[in-house]
This record gives sequence, structure tokens and C-alpha cells, in this order.
Amino acid sequence: MALTGAPRIVTSRIGYEDSYTLERFLATGGYDGLRKALSMSPEEVSAEVNTASLLGRGGAGFPAGRKWSMLRAAPTTYLVVNGDESEPATFKDHLLLERDPHQLIEGVMIAAYAIGAAQVFIFIRGEMALGIERVTQALNEAYEYGAVGRNVLGSSFSVDVVVHPGAGAYICGEETALLESLEGKRGFPRIKPPYFPAAIGLYGEPTVVNNVETMSNLPWIVLNGGAAFAALGSGSSTGTRLFALSGRVNNPGVFELEMAKTTFKDLIFDKSLGNGIIDGKALKAFIPGGVSAPWFSPDQVDMHLDQDEVGKAGSMLGSGSVVVMDETTCALRAAWRITKFFWRESCGQCTPCREGSGWLEKTLWRIENGEGREEELDMLMDVCDNLAPGLTWPPQQTTICVLGPSIPSSIASAIRMFRDELLVHVKEGRCPFA
Amino acid sequence: MTHLSEEMIAYARQLVSLYPEPRSALIPICHLAQEQDGWLRPEAIEEIAAVVGVSPAEVFGTASFYDLLHTEPAGRYVVSICTNIACMLAGAYDLLDHAEKNLGIKAGGTTPDGLFTLEDAECIAGCDNAPCLQVNGRYFGKLTRAEFDKLVEDLRAGELAEQVPPHGTLCRVRRSVGLTARDGGGDARLGTSDEPERPSSTSGGGTAGGVAGSERGGATGGGTAGTSQPARRRRRGKK
Repeated sequence: MALTGAPRIVTSRIGYEDSYTLERFLATGGYDGLRKALSMSPEEVSAEVNTASLLGRGGAGFPAGRKWSMLRAAPTTYLVVNGDESEPATFKDHLLLERDPHQLIEGVMIAAYAIGAAQVFIFIRGEMALGIERVTQALNEAYEYGAVGRNVLGSSFSVDVVVHPGAGAYICGEETALLESLEGKRGFPRIKPPYFPAAIGLYGEPTVVNNVETMSNLPWIVLNGGAAFAALGSGSSTGTRLFALSGRVNNPGVFELEMAKTTFKDLIFDKSLGNGIIDGKALKAFIPGGVSAPWFSPDQVDMHLDQDEVGKAGSMLGSGSVVVMDETTCALRAAWRITKFFWRESCGQCTPCREGSGWLEKTLWRIENGEGREEELDMLMDVCDNLAPGLTWPPQQTTICVLGPSIPSSIASAIRMFRDELLVHVKEGRCPFA
Repeated sequence: MTHLSEEMIAYARQLVSLYPEPRSALIPICHLAQEQDGWLRPEAIEEIAAVVGVSPAEVFGTASFYDLLHTEPAGRYVVSICTNIACMLAGAYDLLDHAEKNLGIKAGGTTPDGLFTLEDAECIAGCDNAPCLQVNGRYFGKLTRAEFDKLVEDLRAGELAEQVPPHGTLCRVRRSVGLTARDGGGDARLGTSDEPERPSSTSGGGTAGGVAGSERGGATGGGTAGTSQPARRRRRGKK
């Protein structure tokens, strides 16, 4: 662990070559957390998770314990694990899926016990073939070992777990779209309300949807206590978290860091982390939490990796992925590529998103290629304002899900922060970075 | 005589039995069909519909939403070059241009020999190895032009068969435990079945479901489309 003395909670095994095997898992305390959880009551397990105040690691940052407590009382309750990691520049969950699948299964079993789930579905992004193979293999082993299935580890608790492969659609990371996909349908997000699948989820039954990293924290929390987890970090940002650093840095990668103690500057420049910008170039801007998030400028680099602090500054820690742009990066081209992504991935249900994304992408591409007009920058902002009125963060909703209102983040950031640079494209009739 | 092999149909039925609603197995079974054929043939769609209990149109309607489910032939090797933000900042579009020249096709196209389909892909979560790509879902990263050429050469020569199964093979590990066929009167959901879910230690893995068997790890089926018809993909053409 770099920079602070915090323990590695979810990446303790990934240094081992055979980290994904049952042998390594058992030799390093594997399934001890589940064993301990089964000796407690489900309410006691939930209480520990509440004490930990574990925030969801998927993007929205909603407290996991509170999600559980919102479950509507019903005979059948489902637990669904969201492993559809596809927010661009986010690459932490696939590490956990590939390198420590048993830790995920242990966490899943702890959560299933706590909420009394009738069945568990682990939804894994279809592009992650190795992750799907590793988790499937681990699940076979876990059944044989007795950690999943009937009478788990000799207790009276039984639950079945199913690995469900996705088929390539970013929108399925949205939890109601994921549930539709899991029901064998097109991944269309469901109309809200109900806002939470805890009321009406899979097959209309109350359902908890939790992220892979969120689940992977549970064995440690049960073994060491929620208070020990909450002692790490600061304020509402407790524990450690995986940060995925990419872009124009010397050492991109996934780093487990204590929440709220490390700054973006540390993450990007510290020798043990990002190790600075390629060729010693100057930092131009960075995205603090996935491409849906509004960008930050270099003078915000001293901000902590803290959900509240980043939120107050008008962006989000989101999926924990930080993208670094340097002085060689064309801000317009970056915004164009991100917008193209949203255009491709829009599910097409809502007009502002389906149409807005396409026209925004076309306009940005024209300006990037020197065929734009100055007034088009204002038009872009106007279209963005139609998608997310006021251009605040979190955005105002105009569509069924948050994909559409996330589209303006990169465009508005590029125009607000680099208007002059965008105008050079117009005036010179070419991209100055090409 | 079914189009999908008996083994595939049997495993598909096992998958159906894992879910409270049969339709939930639709996408996993589409992956199985692609493992056999490399893409979703109309005959396969008919049989998937029968197994899941919906109309073929509903299977097609679902499948056509998803990038990984190919309703038209794809190459034996689908090369997906990520051009999203992190890879773009590492020169992904140069790599894509080079790949188009090397393979002699545009992004979205398939080589005349049916061996390669090239895709301008969205983020595949390999950003620490940018610029990265996947071949049939298997990662390759930090690729120079020369390394890309070598990769293509190796694929052509069949030297990466172990690492990269033919297109359509998603998961080479079969679920071997916790299976109970609905046809056999059981139900995968624990608490509703009288049958034990896990095979006893003496019966060995892979017996509960009958078909699975974790030793069955290798890819089956040809998987190659053998066609020059370019795969029409949803918005996958290069800008």
C-alpha cells in the first residue's frame, strides 16, 4: 500500500501468480469471513456492513448497507452482482474477477446470507472472457468445497449462485437495464419509479444489485469488523478503494488506496503510483471518475480522492477511474471520442439521448476537422443544456436513465475549460494537435 | 436431427433449469450457439427459441441489441481494437489504420477468406495496456505495429490456438455442479427441490447435470464463418 499504512483489503492476493486458485485462497484466509458470518445472525452481518459505511464501488456511491435495508419484505429476494464494468477507462473489476474470483464468491455468499437471498446471479461483462472462465471455475470449486450450495460450510444456510455472461452493451451497467438483460431481453433501462430494484427488481421481486468491488470488501469487513474498515479513510469515504489510472501517465494501473487520504496529485505523480506524465509534459486536465464525470483542471490536483470533496467540486469519483490528459492532448478530440461512445451505446429509448448524442458527435467531429463555425460552440452548449438542464452535476434528468444526461460532461468541460483552443480549430480550419 | 449438437441442446436445457424464468437463459444459450457456429444462424435461433419457450423473433430481437451476438457471419478471429479515450491517447487510431492496411479491410469488415473481422471497439477495460485489443475476447496490449503484424501472423499460423479459441467460444469452463434439470422434476433454486444440489464426493464433478464435466475444456465446433460477407455491425464502422 502506497502512501498510507492502510492494509490491502481487496488486492491482498493479486501479487501471487496463482491468486485465482482455491489452494491459494484457502492458504491465505479464504472463506474464513464466510465462516465467521455464518456464526453470526444475518442482522449482525448487516450491522457490521452498516458500521463500515461501505459505499457502493460501482459509480453511484450509494451505501451498500442502506441498499440492503431498503429491501421490500417478500418471500423471494434476489442478489445480483454487477460485473458489467464498461465505463470507459474503468478496469478495476476485471482485475478482481480474473485475479481473485473466490474472494468475490465469498463476499457474495456473505451478502446473500445477510439479506436472505433465494438465489444469486453474478452478471459479468461478455467481453471479459477470462473473468467469466475464472469465476465459473472458482464457482465449480466453491460448490465442491461446500462454500456454495446446500448447507453452506455445514450450516443450515443454502443458496445457489449462477454466473451470467453479458453480451456487449454498456447500458447493462445501469442496474435496471442489467435486470432486463438478465431476464433475457434487450438492455432497456426501466422507467422510474420505482427508483430501486429493492422494491421491484428481478422478475418483479425485491433485488439488491451490488458491484463486484463492493462485494469483494465483505470478507475483510466481517473478519476485521466494520469499525476497522470505517477507521480507514475520512468522513463518509471509508475503507480503501481501487483507482484505475490511465491516459498520459508513465505507470497506468489499478491502485488500492486509502479513501480520502490520497490526492489526485499523488495518484498521478507519485513514483509508486502514476509516476508522472509521459516525457515530463504538463498536465492539461483530468477526468476524476469515468468519462461520465465532468473534468478537472490542473489547479484542482490537490483535491483528495474523497467522494464528498469531488462531489462538492461539481464532479464525481464515480467508478474510480482517472484519465490524465497532457499538453499534447486535443481536448476537442477527447470530448468527441467520449461523445461517440455515448452515441454508440445509447439504447435508443429516449429522444434527447438517442438524437442528441448523434448530432453532438457529428458537430464535434466537424469542428475537430476544421469545418466548424464559432457559433456552433454555443449551439453545442445549448444541446447539452437540453440533455441536462443547467449543466450541473449530478445532472437534471431528462431521460429514463443517467446515460443521456452524462453526455454533456465532457463537451461542456472542453468548451468551458478550452474555448480558445476549440476556436483555433475554427479559425485555422484544422486541429492544431494533428 | 437438430442443428445444434445434442450436447449443446442438453447443456442449454441445464442452463434453463438454473433460472427461475426460462427466458433468462436466452443470452447464455446464444453464446453457446455461437461457440458451435461462430455466429447466430437462423436454424440455431429457431432451436434456442424452442428451448427457452419464446418465438424466434423474440430471440432475434434480443440478440440484435447486443454487440457480441452476431446475427450475420463473423470471421474466425474477431479483432476488436479499442479506440476509446485511454487507448486513443496512446495512439489507437494509428494502430487501427495500420490494422486496416495489414488486413486489407475497413473496420467493420471481414477478410475474403473469412479469417478476420476487424472492429473499431469501445473500451474493453485494458487501459493499463493501451493501446489494447481483443481477439475473440482475449486480451493483447501495448501493441506496436510490428507486434500487431506478428499477432496476425501467429493467428493465421494457428500458433495461438490455446490462448484464442475460435470466435464465439466465450467460456471454456462448463458449470459442473449445482445443476438440476427441470425436466427431471427438480429446480435449480435451492429450497424448492428435493434433490441434492451438489454431487457427493464419491460421484465426482460434473455428474449432477449429466453433461457438464469440467474436463470438457476444449473448444468445439468449427467456429469459422467461411464467408466473405462483411459482418454488419451496429454502429461499428470506423469514423
